[in-house]
Amino acid sequence: MKWGAPILVALGLSMMGQAAATDCLSCHQDNGTSAKASVHGSLSCTSCHTTIHEYPHPQTATKVNCGSCHEGNSHDISGSVHASVGVQPCLNCHGAAHSILPASDPKSTIYPSNLPATCGNCHGNAQIARQAGLKEVYSPYIDSIHGAALTKDGLLVAASCSSCHGSHKILSKTNKASRTYYANVPATCGTCHAGPLRDYTAGIHGQMLESGVDSAPVCSSCHTAHQISSVEKTSWKMKTTATCGGCHKDELTTYHDTFHAQVSALGYVEVARCWDCHGSHAILPASDPNSKISASNRVATCAKCHTGASASFATYDPHADSHDQKRYPALHYSAIFMNLLLAGVLGFFALHTILWFLRSRFDRKGESHD
Amino acid sequence: MTEGPSVHIEEASKAGAPVRNYVRFSLAQRYLHGIFVLTFLGLALTGLPLRFSHAGWALKFAGAVGGFGTILFFHKTSAAIMSVAFLTHVANILYRVVVRREFGLVWGPDSMVPRLKDFTDFFANLKWFFWLGPKPKFDRYAYWDKVDYWAVFWGMAIIGLSGYAMWFPQFFVKFIPGSWLNIALLIHGEEAILAVGFIFTIHYFNTHLRPQNFPMDLTIFTGRQTEQEFKERHPVEYERLAKSGELETLAAPEPPLWLKNFARLVGGLAVVAGLVMLYLLVVAFIND
Repeated sequence: MKWGAPILVALGLSMMGQAAATDCLSCHQDNGTSAKASVHGSLSCTSCHTTIHEYPHPQTATKVNCGSCHEGNSHDISGSVHASVGVQPCLNCHGAAHSILPASDPKSTIYPSNLPATCGNCHGNAQIARQAGLKEVYSPYIDSIHGAALTKDGLLVAASCSSCHGSHKILSKTNKASRTYYANVPATCGTCHAGPLRDYTAGIHGQMLESGVDSAPVCSSCHTAHQISSVEKTSWKMKTTATCGGCHKDELTTYHDTFHAQVSALGYVEVARCWDCHGSHAILPASDPNSKISASNRVATCAKCHTGASASFATYDPHADSHDQKRYPALHYSAIFMNLLLAGVLGFFALHTILWFLRSRFDRKGESHD
Repeated sequence: MTEGPSVHIEEASKAGAPVRNYVRFSLAQRYLHGIFVLTFLGLALTGLPLRFSHAGWALKFAGAVGGFGTILFFHKTSAAIMSVAFLTHVANILYRVVVRREFGLVWGPDSMVPRLKDFTDFFANLKWFFWLGPKPKFDRYAYWDKVDYWAVFWGMAIIGLSGYAMWFPQFFVKFIPGSWLNIALLIHGEEAILAVGFIFTIHYFNTHLRPQNFPMDLTIFTGRQTEQEFKERHPVEYERLAKSGELETLAAPEPPLWLKNFARLVGGLAVVAGLVMLYLLVVAFIND
C-alpha cells in the first residue's frame, strides 16, 4: 500500500519518457536540481504537482497533497496537535519542498541530532509556544542529559523529541492515548530505560499507578520532562530531597532535623539523601521484606556508607522527631530538658547581668562625682 | 572609659608610686585559657554553620571555606585539641590532689567546688543590686567565676562525649543503642548553643565587658593583677594572704607593654569574633 503510489508513478514516468520533466526544468531549474538530490529524486514533478498536465500551466498551482502517497502519516497528522498548523504542515518539519532528505541522512531536518532544532523552530520560540499555551521547552531540553548527548556528543540513541512524543501522531499530554499522558509516561520512558521501568513497576510508586492512584509519581514527576539531568550531577543531587519532600512533607521535616540534612544543606553530596536509603525506582515500604529499609535489610543499607554498621547502629532513626512523644519519648524529653536548661541558664544569667550592669553604672557615676 | 580602677592605677604611676602586681594565674593556666579561647572559637565558627545549615550565611560560609569537608576537618581538629587540653587539666588536678595532696583544690578558698559562702555571696550580691546591702567581699573565686568554670567543664564533657559518639558511631553503639545517636545530636547542638550563648554574653560581661573591667580584664592574659584590682575584686583572699605573709611571694613586676597590647589584641579579636557569631546565631535562631 505504502509503496503503491510511487510504483505507479514510476511506471507512468517510464511510459511517458523524460520529456515531461525536462519541460519543467526549462523554467524551474533550481527546483529540479535540488529535487534530484532529494529523497524524491526518482519522482517526476507531476508526481506531486498532480494538477499540471501541459504547458503553459495555470499561474496558481493547487496545493501539493503529500498524503496522496504518505497516507498513514497524513492521517496521523490530522488527528494530532499539529492538525491545524500552517498551510503545509509537512514542510514545517521536513524542510523545503524540493530538498526533503531521508531521515537517515545527517543533513535531514529530522535526522535525530537535527530534530530538536527543527522542533525548536516553533517550540524554542517563547512567543509561538505561548500562543499555543505551551512552555518553551527547547532550551531546557538542549541542556538536559538527553539533549546534550544527542546534539553535542552525537549519541543518536539519546532521546530526541520524537522518542517520547512520537512524530506524526503527537497528542496532548491530557489525552489518555498520548505517549506523554502521565499514566503512559513510564511505558514511554521504558522503551529505552527498561531497567528503571522494571524496578519502578515493582516499587510502591509503580504499584500506586497500576492501581489507579492519580497522585502516583511517574518518571517525569521526579526527573522532570525536558530538563532531565544526570543523576551523578551535584546540582541534581542537591535538588532531590526537596523533590521527594514535595509529596512526603512530614518526612522532609523530620529529615531536616538530622545530621544528614544539616550536612546536605551545606552542599555536601556524599551524605544520605532520600534515595540512598529508600532506593530510587524500586522504593518499597519498610513493611515489605524486600525494602531497603526493612528490618532485615536496614543494617546493610546503613553499611553502604557506615562501614561496620551493626544492628544497634541501625536503630538510629534518620527521621526521629523530637515533637513525637509517643514514638520517641527519650528524644522528646531530652529536647524538653535541653530547652528548659537553655532558657533557665541564659534567662537567669541575663537577668543577673542586667541588674549587675545597672548597679555598676550607678556606682561609676557616683565615683565620678567624688 | 576614662573612669574606673584603671584610672587610679595610671594616676598612681604618674605620681611616681610603684604599681604593685601580684600573680593570679600560672603560665600553664594562661596557656590553657588561650587554647580554650582558640579551640572554642574554632568549634563555634565551624559548628554554627552545621547547626544552622539552612541559614543563608551558612551555605555562603561553607562555600567560602571550601565546603563541608573543610568545616568538619577544622571542627574535629579543634575538638581534638580542646579534648587534650581538657584532659590535661583534669589529669593535672587529679595529680595535684592525689599525689601532691593539695586538698585545697578540693575544698576551701582555692577550690572551684561551691561552698556555703558562694550562696551567701550570691544573695548578698542580689541585695547589693537593689541597694539593700553592701557589696559582698569575694574570695579568690567569686560565685560567677565558679559558674563560668563549671559551665565550661560541664559543656566540654557533654558536648565532647556526644560529639565523639557521632564521630565514632560504630564504636559507641557497642555500648549505647543507635537511637541514642539521635539524642546525641540534639544534646550536642543545644548544649553548644548554650555554651556559645553563655560565653559570648555572660562570660564576656562578667569578666570583661562590665563597667568595672571594660573593655577587658587582662589578668588571664598577663597572669597578673595590680594591688588595687586585687583589693577590689578579691578582698578576702588579699587580706588572708597579707596576714599570712604569702602575699609577697606572689609579687611580680608589672606586665610589659607588649604583653598587655598582645592581650588586648587577642582578647579583643576573640570578643569581636564571639559577638559576630552571637549575632548570626540569634538571627538564625529566630528564623529557624
